[in-house]
Amino acid sequence: MQINMTVNGNEVTNDIEPRVLLVHYVREVLGLTGTHWGCDTSNCGTCVVLMDGQPVKSCTVLAAMAAGHDIRTVEGLAAGGTLDPVQQGFMAEHGLQCGFCTSGMMLTARALLDKNPHPDDTEIRQAISGQICRCTGYATIVRSVHWAAAHPAGADAAATVDAVLDGTDNAVPDIATELVETEVKA
Amino acid sequence: MQIPAPFDYVRATSVDDALELLSRHGAESRVVAGGHSLLPMMKLRLSRPEWLIDINDLYELDFILRDGDKLRVGALTRHTTLLESAEVAGLFPIVRDAESVIADPIVRNRGTIGGSLCQADPAEDLSTVCDVLGAEAVIRGPGGERILTMADFHRGPYETAAGPDELLCELRFPVRSRSGSAYEKVERRVGDWAVGAAGASVTLAGDGTIADAAVGLTALGLDHTVAEAGAVLRGQRPAEELFVEAGRLAAAACDPVDDQRGPIDYKRHLADELTRRVLRLACTRAIQTQEG
Repeated sequence: MQINMTVNGNEVTNDIEPRVLLVHYVREVLGLTGTHWGCDTSNCGTCVVLMDGQPVKSCTVLAAMAAGHDIRTVEGLAAGGTLDPVQQGFMAEHGLQCGFCTSGMMLTARALLDKNPHPDDTEIRQAISGQICRCTGYATIVRSVHWAAAHPAGADAAATVDAVLDGTDNAVPDIATELVETEVKA
Repeated sequence: MQIPAPFDYVRATSVDDALELLSRHGAESRVVAGGHSLLPMMKLRLSRPEWLIDINDLYELDFILRDGDKLRVGALTRHTTLLESAEVAGLFPIVRDAESVIADPIVRNRGTIGGSLCQADPAEDLSTVCDVLGAEAVIRGPGGERILTMADFHRGPYETAAGPDELLCELRFPVRSRSGSAYEKVERRVGDWAVGAAGASVTLAGDGTIADAAVGLTALGLDHTVAEAGAVLRGQRPAEELFVEAGRLAAAACDPVDDQRGPIDYKRHLADELTRRVLRLACTRAIQTQEG
C-alpha cells in the first residue's frame, strides 16, 4: 500500500506492506537510523519518535497508522545546523553513556518541554518512566532536561535577546553569565 | 525481530463505515485503536487477523461530554486525555488514580479506554474502574445500538459482549452527588502488569451513612465487583472497622493465581489491604464532596 507522511518536515511517499512497523520504516526505508530498535515490546522506549508532537513507541505503531501524520525523529531535532537545547543539555550534563536510549530520551524531553517549559524532577522522571537507560544514567538525564529547560534558546552566544525572552524568565541572566564565563576563559 | 503475519489494512472514515467494514470482514478482522495490546499480540502471532480496521480517524469517538446526570466518554478517548481531564478527575477521582498507573506515559498517548475494555486483559485497570462506577457500555452493530451494564459487557478474561461485527462506541458514567472513588495498584515497576489492584466507589446518604458502595479487584481472579463487600457497606456509617470487614470479604471472594508476580497468600493480602485503602480514600473524598 502507498503511504504518505511528513518526516522531519519532509513529505515522504513509499509503497510498503501494511505490517511494516514505524520503527522499521523509519530506519530501513527512510534510512534514519538515529531511531533505535530495542525490546520490540513497547517496554524500553528506545524507539520513541514524536507523532504530531507526542512521543510514541514506534515499534508498536504501524507505518500505515502513521500515514498522514507528522513524524519527528532525532534527526529532526537540530535546526539549521544548531543543536536543539535538549541535545545541548545532554552534552553539557553528560546525559548519555552508551547512547542507545538517548534519541528516545531526547525526543520525550523535547515533547515534555514543549508542553511544560519548567518541569520539576518528578515531572521529568514521570515523563521518561516508559524508557529504560541500561547504563542507569537517569540522574544525568534528568539534569540534562533541566539544563534544556533553563536554556530554551540553547547556549548559542548568537541567540538573539528576543529568542531568549520567548523562553524562561531566568534565561537572560543565565545566558549573560555564560557569556561572561566564555570571555573569562578566552 | 517480531513482525505481524500479513494482513490487509483499511482505515475507517466513520462509525458507519467501520460497521460496514466489520460486517463485511467479520471474524477475520480486528479493530485497532491505540494498538498497544493488539499489535504486540500480532507480533507474537498470538493474533492473526486477515483485516485490520484502523479507527484512529474516528474523531467522533474521541470526546468527554457532560450530558445531564451522565458523563459520556467516547471509546477512542486516549488514556492521556482521561488522565489530564479536570472534569473527569472532579467527578470520578478513581479515573485519575487508575490512569496514572496504566502502562507508562508514552503508551498512554496511544492507548484508548475502548481498546482497554475490549482487550479485557485480567490485569487491565479500567474494567474495574467502570465496574465500580456503574458505567454502561454503548455498542453499535448492524442491529443498531445496545447499552449494557459492565456486568453484561465484561464476560471474563479477554472476552466481552461486543460481537465480531460490533463496535464499542461510548462509556456512560452516572454522576452521583456526595460520591467518592479511589483506585490503588501494586506493580513491580512502571508499566508492568498489576500484581493486584482495588477500586472503590462510595455514595453517601444525607445522614452520612453509605447509600451505595462498590468494590472491585484487578488481576486477582474476580471479574466483577465484590458483592459481599457492597452489601456489608450499605446503610453503615464509614468507619475503620467497616473497611476492615470489607477487606476481609474481598480477600475471601477473590481467586488469585500463583505466578511470578506473587503467591496466592500475598495476593489475598493485597486484596484485603488495598480494599481498605481505597474505601478509606473514597469515603474521605465523598465527605469532602459533601462538604464542598
